[in-house]
Amino acid sequence: MNKNKYFREDADKPADLKSGGGDNVVQLSGENAVRPMKIKQGRTLPLWAKVVISLLPAMIFLTFFTFYPMINTTIIAFIEDFSWQQGAGSFSFSNFFRQMYLSGFTSATPPPGFDGGIFIAPEIPRFSFQNFGLVLNDLVFRRALMNTAILTVISVPLTIIISLLLSVAINSIKAFKGFFQTVFFLPYVTNAIAVGMVFNVLFSPEPSGIMNQIIQVFGGTPTAWVELGAPQGVEPMTKFSMGVVLIAQSVWSGMAFKILVFMSGLATIDKQYYDAAKIDGTRRIRIFSKITVPLLSPQIFYITITSFIGAFKMYSSIISVVGKGPTDFGGVDGTLWITVVGYIYRFRSDDLPRAAAGALVLLVLVLLITMVQTQISKKRVHY
Amino acid sequence: MKNNESKNLKVEENLTAEEKEVLAKIENAAPHGDDRFIPTYEKLKQYKTMGIIVKIITYAFLAFFAFIILAPFFFMISTSLTDPISYNRSVTAGSVSLITTNPSLVNFRLILGGINPGEPGYSTLPVDLINTMASSTVNFMPYFVNTFIVAVVATVFTVITTIFTSFAFARLDFKGKNALFALLLATMMVPGEMMIITNYQTVNGMFGLTGGMLNTFFPLIFVHGISVFYIFQLRQTFQQIPNELFLAAKVDGYGEFRYLWRVMIPLGMPTIVTIIILNVMGSWNAYVWPTLVANGNHKFLMDYGIEWTMRLVSNGLMSLFQSDYRSFDTVKIAGSMVISAPLLVIFVFFRKYIMRGVSRSGIKG
Repeated sequence: MNKNKYFREDADKPADLKSGGGDNVVQLSGENAVRPMKIKQGRTLPLWAKVVISLLPAMIFLTFFTFYPMINTTIIAFIEDFSWQQGAGSFSFSNFFRQMYLSGFTSATPPPGFDGGIFIAPEIPRFSFQNFGLVLNDLVFRRALMNTAILTVISVPLTIIISLLLSVAINSIKAFKGFFQTVFFLPYVTNAIAVGMVFNVLFSPEPSGIMNQIIQVFGGTPTAWVELGAPQGVEPMTKFSMGVVLIAQSVWSGMAFKILVFMSGLATIDKQYYDAAKIDGTRRIRIFSKITVPLLSPQIFYITITSFIGAFKMYSSIISVVGKGPTDFGGVDGTLWITVVGYIYRFRSDDLPRAAAGALVLLVLVLLITMVQTQISKKRVHY
Repeated sequence: MKNNESKNLKVEENLTAEEKEVLAKIENAAPHGDDRFIPTYEKLKQYKTMGIIVKIITYAFLAFFAFIILAPFFFMISTSLTDPISYNRSVTAGSVSLITTNPSLVNFRLILGGINPGEPGYSTLPVDLINTMASSTVNFMPYFVNTFIVAVVATVFTVITTIFTSFAFARLDFKGKNALFALLLATMMVPGEMMIITNYQTVNGMFGLTGGMLNTFFPLIFVHGISVFYIFQLRQTFQQIPNELFLAAKVDGYGEFRYLWRVMIPLGMPTIVTIIILNVMGSWNAYVWPTLVANGNHKFLMDYGIEWTMRLVSNGLMSLFQSDYRSFDTVKIAGSMVISAPLLVIFVFFRKYIMRGVSRSGIKG
């Protein structure tokens, strides 16, 4: 009897319920007396329809512009002779089938009435590692690897150490804290190309350039940092001088994000540790190395991985410092400080398979870096 | 008490000659020599003096790096306010100074539409700059308009798709959900260059058109409009919403989509704001993709005889100063400043949100 109070029919019978429920039932008067909760069954779509509605838009775009490109670029990288593709410039597969179709799947001559651009007789592509051989034996690619490695190995630790010290310093002060936080974040919201151009002018080849003036104050000779033609009495540019500019630029613009992440990590460290250390009279260097760094290790690990990968993909900062267009990396032939990504873009238009193979090599390198660092972090990071 | 003393004695007796010697040394060193025997108050005093010294060093260190960060901005402002002729004069004199004596807006006016002969400021332009201006006009306004359109539309598109996708992954239970999500996460590891190589081909051959959809808004807005990273972030946020809320909403007769709209989106707002901030900044600073797909005049407006450049601010700046205007430093710096300024101004007003948003993106959940 008691069970029935959840049914609507019984709601109209408070007297009945009362007799069944005994004294525990609160008696209210009127129609709403023991009105049961009404569960509204809205028009609900079946689950699959909900999934389709919410996932389909994103999945369509992801399929065409993320999944398909990954597969297609991989295939292009393995295709031995790419010439059947050239000139038409569409999806490699769809284009292949188009050419096949146009040739009637049999003859190697264009069908009558064909006027759609260059016709190349379709062939079944041969797959091999030829492109990778070309890329890995290419002196420009080797230089790109070397440059990328140099830039990464110097700029990443430098930036991380400086940012770590700066964030600990900001964290330890009270006055001007917000001011410093804001100032150090400014490079993050500044356009990278614009920063490169400003650095290009700061390191101008004229003796009157800001950097050259500073150098002269300290008794050095003015240098044409990135420009090829050096004015009279100015040291010509070298790989080293341009490397200095690139490192300076990447440290300058790379600090902002790292400081922000370190600051948010520092905010989560319990003050107790520092108080305990203070009572013991622990020296500050020891506090830094024994408390701050270990407790900040998740952030340090995250930043190390992301900035290693980021530095490995360095591209627009270099071309903007050189300032001669999207495929000029300084030097006489424009490949002085070429990077792996730069290599991909430089050969993208002329030699697509080579660029694709370069991209795959980059993928492998990125995966390797991540794997190695994850292995290291298992031993070093305290969560 | 007695017991204790005898214990101490015992200890003293048990020491070897060597140990006694060490003990004597420590006692001799006592009040000032050995660190452990300095009285606490003195130690505190020392600590405080050290503290002041450290504080001075800290501020000096911070001020030094703040100067390094700010110097390029300072240089940007002062150089862009110098008129080209006085800048050239100071270059020949061998000292570009950081402070302009008579600021002029001539560089900005040149960039935002050019200067006609006879207008004020025309006389401060060197001859070669006037010649360059005659052969190739500069106007950053269309770049701004394009970038603004792209930033707004792309952000709306990204936010909507991200919300729906993360909702599906966080709320709906369908077969293969985890596998699909793992697949999405795996694509985060793949460098974007792999996508760009093929996407250029795709856009170039799109819809069977010659030149495809190059030089239209389509590739700028939609091709890289969906970010797995944002989906990941928002899904994390959505998953943290307790299930009890959903059950409560269900009791009130909410369906899943109404729950998304009324509960999940408001609760996920901080993350959504983060996504908006990151996406606007990303669109504003995008360089590589716009260089490839939007480097000429608008494809379809051309048919109506309208020449509307499709360049965005970054590639507009780069393409302008890689060739004709390369040697005009003041104009170049003014251009850099003009395209960085909008984000910097936004940053000044929304400092708290932007910094919080970016730092939120840096902490992986």
